[in-house]
Amino acid sequence: MSDDRLTIAGREFRSRLWVGTGKYKDFVETKKAIETSGADVVTVAVRRVNITDRNSENLLDYLDPKQYTILPNTAGCYTVEDAVRYSRLARAAGVSDLVKLEVIGDERTLFPDTAGLIEAAKILIKEGFVVLPYTNDDPIVAQKLVDIGCPAVMPLAAPIGSGLGIRNPYNLKIILETVNVPVIVDAGVGTASDAALAMEYGADAVLMNTAIAGAREPIAMAEAMKYAVEAGRLAYKAGRIPRKLYATASSPIEGML
Amino acid sequence: MHVQVNGESRHVREEINVTGLLRDLQLNVERVAVEINLEILDRGDFDARTLHEGDRIEILSFIGGGGGGIFDCGFLIAD
Repeated sequence: MSDDRLTIAGREFRSRLWVGTGKYKDFVETKKAIETSGADVVTVAVRRVNITDRNSENLLDYLDPKQYTILPNTAGCYTVEDAVRYSRLARAAGVSDLVKLEVIGDERTLFPDTAGLIEAAKILIKEGFVVLPYTNDDPIVAQKLVDIGCPAVMPLAAPIGSGLGIRNPYNLKIILETVNVPVIVDAGVGTASDAALAMEYGADAVLMNTAIAGAREPIAMAEAMKYAVEAGRLAYKAGRIPRKLYATASSPIEGML
Repeated sequence: MHVQVNGESRHVREEINVTGLLRDLQLNVERVAVEINLEILDRGDFDARTLHEGDRIEILSFIGGGGGGIFDCGFLIAD
C-alpha cells in the first residue's frame, strides 16, 4: 500500500485515514491515538490562547508540524464572515494555505450551510487558500465546490459526532462517480466497518475524530480504524464480486460420486 | 496604557510592540496568530507594530478539534 498515495493540490499524503485532535482525555492520549492511527493529516481548531494560565501546554508540542500536515478547520463558524476570518487567522498561525472549511448551518445537526460554504470558499480560493470543504452528501453542491476550485470535497457520512455511519450511501456513490477530485468522507463514522465501507465505495480518504476519541479504548479504536481504512481501500482496488440473488457453488461438481 | 487582550483589559508599557507583548505573555511567536482591531498581522510585522491605547488584540492558536462545534473539555483551551 506504500505506493498508493493520495495527492491533493500537489501535496502527497501517505495515509488515507485523517483524524481530528479534539475530545481526547489529554495530549498524551491525543498523541498516542494519532500515532497508532498512522494518520499524517490532523485537523485542529483555532481559538484564543489562554493568557492567564501560562503553564498550559500547546497541542503542537505533541504533534510535530514537521511530521504531520496540520489542517486547521473553521469549526464553530456559523457565518461566511466568521469562516473567512478564522481561515485567515489559521493561515497566520500556521505554515500553510490549507483549510478545512466549515460553515455550520444549525446547532443541533451541525449540518453545513452549503450556500454559505460555496460563498466562503470562493472568497478564500481567490486569496490563495487550498480549500477542503466540509459539505453535505449532496452531489450538486459537491460539483459546485469543484467548479469553483476546491481540490477535494469532504462530504459527511452523517452528522458530526453522531456515529451513525453512512446514512446515504447512494448519494455518496453519485458524488464519487461525478466529481473528478479526491473525496474524503468526513464526519459521522461510528466504528471500523463504517470507515471500511466508505473506502470500499471508493472514497479517497476518511476523516474522523469522535469515533476514535469517544471510544471506550481510543488507542485500540485508532488501530482498528487504521486497518479498516486499509482493508476498505484494498477491497476497493481488488474489486468486489457482484451481488446475486441465488447461490453459485464454489466447489466443482466434477469428481463427485 | 491599557489594551484589550483576548477580551481582557491589560496594562502594558508605552511603545511596546507585538513581539514584546508575546514575550511578556510567554507565547511562542511561531505558534500564534495576532489580530489587532480586526486586522490580522503578518508574523513579519510583529516587531514593527507598536500597540496603542485601547487596541483590541486577539491572540489565537491551534487547539484540539475535529469539526462542528465547540465542546467544553477543560484542557481544550488553547495555549
